[in-house]
Amino acid sequence: MKLNRRIFLGATAVSLAAPMVNAGGHGKPRVVVVGGGAGGATAARYIAKDSKGEIDVTLIEPSRTYYTCFFSNLYLGGFKTIDDIGHTYGNLASNHGVNVVHDWAVGVDRGQKTVTLAGGASVPYDKLILSPGIDFVEGSVPGWDLSAQNAMPHAYKAGSQTELLKAQIAAMPEGGTYVMVAPPNPYRCPPGPYERVSMVAHQLKANNPTAKIIIADPKPKFSKQGLFEEGWQNHYGGMIERIGPDFGGENVTVDPGAMTVNIDGEVIQADVCNVIPAMKAGRIAELAGVTDGSWAPVNAIDMSTKADPDVHVLGDASQQGDMPKSGFSANSQAKVCANAVRGALTGSRVFPAKFSNTCWSLIDTNDGVKVGATYEATDEKIAKIDGFVSQTGEDAALRKATYEESEGWYSGITADMFS
Amino acid sequence: MMRVLIALWLAMVAMSAAGAEQLGDPKEGQRVFKSQCSSCHMVGEGSRNRIGPHLNGVVGRAVASLDGVKYSKSLRRLGAEGLEWRLNTLDAYIADPKVFARGTRMNYRGLKNEEQRSDLLAYLQTYSANTVKMVQTNAPQEGTADVTMEEQGYSVAPDILAIVGDVEYGAYLASECLTCHKMDGTGDGIPSITNWPADDFVLAMHAYKDKVRPHPVMQMMAGRLNDEEIAALAAYFETLGN
Repeated sequence: MKLNRRIFLGATAVSLAAPMVNAGGHGKPRVVVVGGGAGGATAARYIAKDSKGEIDVTLIEPSRTYYTCFFSNLYLGGFKTIDDIGHTYGNLASNHGVNVVHDWAVGVDRGQKTVTLAGGASVPYDKLILSPGIDFVEGSVPGWDLSAQNAMPHAYKAGSQTELLKAQIAAMPEGGTYVMVAPPNPYRCPPGPYERVSMVAHQLKANNPTAKIIIADPKPKFSKQGLFEEGWQNHYGGMIERIGPDFGGENVTVDPGAMTVNIDGEVIQADVCNVIPAMKAGRIAELAGVTDGSWAPVNAIDMSTKADPDVHVLGDASQQGDMPKSGFSANSQAKVCANAVRGALTGSRVFPAKFSNTCWSLIDTNDGVKVGATYEATDEKIAKIDGFVSQTGEDAALRKATYEESEGWYSGITADMFS
Repeated sequence: MMRVLIALWLAMVAMSAAGAEQLGDPKEGQRVFKSQCSSCHMVGEGSRNRIGPHLNGVVGRAVASLDGVKYSKSLRRLGAEGLEWRLNTLDAYIADPKVFARGTRMNYRGLKNEEQRSDLLAYLQTYSANTVKMVQTNAPQEGTADVTMEEQGYSVAPDILAIVGDVEYGAYLASECLTCHKMDGTGDGIPSITNWPADDFVLAMHAYKDKVRPHPVMQMMAGRLNDEEIAALAAYFETLGN
């Protein structure tokens, strides 16, 4: 049956005349969502909530407790506890009827339209939404692979890795050295590595003020650079040294056994080494055959993949255009996707795609900054319309209000995902 | 048990607000009102309920007693217990609304400066029925309601206010707002936007769009919404929670 091959490019605020109800001969249309983060949890919640039982929604997520990557740096800095950033899926099931399955998705058969789980089950879908986040590109930092993640944590998927990194920072010897190997573009959360450095510096300033932080960075510039560098100067003068590509910051190898980092020939003995490798779409996107290179190209209008109109990819794993890879972006994309998927399956109204993003970062206590933009769908990509960024030299009251705003946002987005 | 706790807590409030009986300067209080209160509350002739209730006669009014205002459960409970707004209770509430009534919908951080609170109370008292004499003698600019944006000459055309919002479209557009503003109307750091009167919502959004209101995120978000979309959002958020 090809009834579900409907593409609704250009559909704006119209009802589809022939919704795909009963496709495949079963009862309710079925949506399967893989990945319960900012993209997947939001999509599952909105489709289930807004379809009021008309669509059968299954969310596949291996973790029972999900730790948000956003605000995990604030945990490293001591501003949040690990429990503050942990969330469970009970409300999605009880409030909205989402069928939450805690298992790994290990395969997708796009011909049969089924998802295979590690436990052996096969889950059929009419529309599949993949929101698997990121995996790391093997060999991108020579000497490092996943087997080295205990010696040199990435802490770029929140949870036990973040706890490990925090424990290692606390155990640094007096005057010790923290090395961050920063990732090349594109990667999850553009300000993330630099907010992390700020939070590590905040900890060290209080507990180990003679310690040093070295960043080996393959990128000539980075998000909110002026704001971070101003803040580092003001709060942590002299503690942080960044080695950019002009000084060999892209030429890095590590030895996790010896805890050394070789930056363009110079060998540094590290007490903590936080390796954030190059990134690619979470593996299930690749297994589903919807990636092209590292990421999954999508149509901006509904986040459906270029490879298959019935498979959508959200968030970090997607290659969509101008939006940064962030939790806010994934949440924004999920709502556009949910509206389109629901329209295709039940004939509900499909409205124009609108996207937005704001990323807040904390530099030190009550010193918050932000960057954001709005976006629209064009034929080629998600295209930026307008944006803003905090300014250097802002007064302390504004920075404090910005931080408080970020806490309000965290409360808002996690309610929007999990309540 | 609850009554005992409330009584105990009222005693504490009364002690902490002991200084409020010496009222401050209503002219100063008017300035405080304009900068701190007037984006949500009106007082004076022609006042009506906006985002918050109007404050004519607030001194002496039973807590959560006006018709047509969507009070929080916290304030309704205090009202049901018989609590009245008097100078001491108002003083404590304004000093820290969430300590006074944890679930209050009034999204205000609190006014820590005792002298400013005293001035503000003096100003509000001039619009309360039991102090008519003070109105005649002390009231600054008697008879004019304070509405910051309107005073600044900001308004939107009547035909824009007359647009009937498409609630279903509003629900979709609102999903973008709900990344930050919470559906249940609570919020710290990000204000509550649920249950606003539609006109106020439209006015606020157009003020952001026209860059009269100063928040960069909101200017950006409102900047790409057309009149119908703003009306749709206003219609949706007005009904949210009903």
